[in-house]
Amino acid sequence: MIKMRESVIMKIHYGTALGAVALVAIHILFRMTQNFTVSLQYENVIANYHLLPYSLMLEVVLILLSIHGFNGLRVILLELKQGIGYEKIVNWGCISAMAVLVAYGSRTILMAGMGIS
Amino acid sequence: MAAISPKMAEEVSQTAVPTPKSITLVISKFNPNHESSYKFVEFKVPVQKWTTVLDAILYVKQHLDTSIAVRYSCRQASCGSCGMKINGKPSLACYTKISELNSDIVTVEPMSNFPIIRDLAVDFTSLFSNHKKLKPYIIREDSEIVGDAKEFLQTPKDVEEYLQFSYCIKCGLCNSACPTMATDSSFLGPQALTQAYRYVADNRDKGKKERLKMVDESHGIWRCHFAGSCSKVCPKGVDPAMGIQLLRGYLLGFRK
Ligand code: SF4
Repeated sequence: MIKMRESVIMKIHYGTALGAVALVAIHILFRMTQNFTVSLQYENVIANYHLLPYSLMLEVVLILLSIHGFNGLRVILLELKQGIGYEKIVNWGCISAMAVLVAYGSRTILMAGMGIS
Repeated sequence: MAAISPKMAEEVSQTAVPTPKSITLVISKFNPNHESSYKFVEFKVPVQKWTTVLDAILYVKQHLDTSIAVRYSCRQASCGSCGMKINGKPSLACYTKISELNSDIVTVEPMSNFPIIRDLAVDFTSLFSNHKKLKPYIIREDSEIVGDAKEFLQTPKDVEEYLQFSYCIKCGLCNSACPTMATDSSFLGPQALTQAYRYVADNRDKGKKERLKMVDESHGIWRCHFAGSCSKVCPKGVDPAMGIQLLRGYLLGFRK
């Protein structure tokens, strides 16, 4: 398996952070288009998922935050304890957890978009 | 020579040698081979305005407890041997005057983030091996000392790029202050990373690619979180935190 250089991982880490900040800002601005409480009502939230560009943006936010978050967790865990076996578990554990979260979140976005509850 | 009256001589002698005041020197004692935890032992030490912490420790060693283990050599902040925590801050004992501490109680402990050999002496094996690992010397095929080769000229601006980083005396104080080193024993540390920058930034050196590859690993340069405590404690005016950020610039493509 090709090992990714740490600088590449960290560039992704910084990039995903910047991307997430920008998209989450748009997401929050959308809440401002109407009264904040109203925008969080069930019908309005579901309506967001029915809008394809918006649900695509939510999917991208999910991916960016999952990559950034789990890499952050990986870094914290690697700094906490060292050892070849432990580090392998941490690396693979974080990649797997990230994949599971993206899959579960995508399923939710897809189901809400298709009107399945 | 003008004669000095007995009264004047008395005044001169009074100003020249003030009566020493005394302070309490608290020394952390620990022998990992025989003890499970360290203990603090107090000593009353007479001090003058110019007494350094190292002088005080050596006074204790000479008069009160010969068993104290302490490493020292040059006594002028050149050898980097006498690093320790003085009132909690990593400092060189020979470079810290007791009068500057503004305290009648001075506590000395071994540096954090290093294995303790005994009392105030710590093991520098990892410091030196990380330093060596990053090839702290000019790497290039040709040499200025063979054939008709001329010396490798540098402009003052070229020298400025790395000069402050070449003042490092490998005292380890920066590593002792580093919060990442406290938990990550595999981290290269501010000392080694700064030395990597010192040579990467030297335009006579051709080992940039090799060194950047070495620092670009999971316990390398990216584990620095820019706390900046390394730069705060360096006794030689080196700014390791800045060196690390400048070195990062090469990996992020901001510097060539
Ligand atoms: S950078 Fe400063 S504190 Fe760190 S080892 Fe060198 S001289 Fe000591």
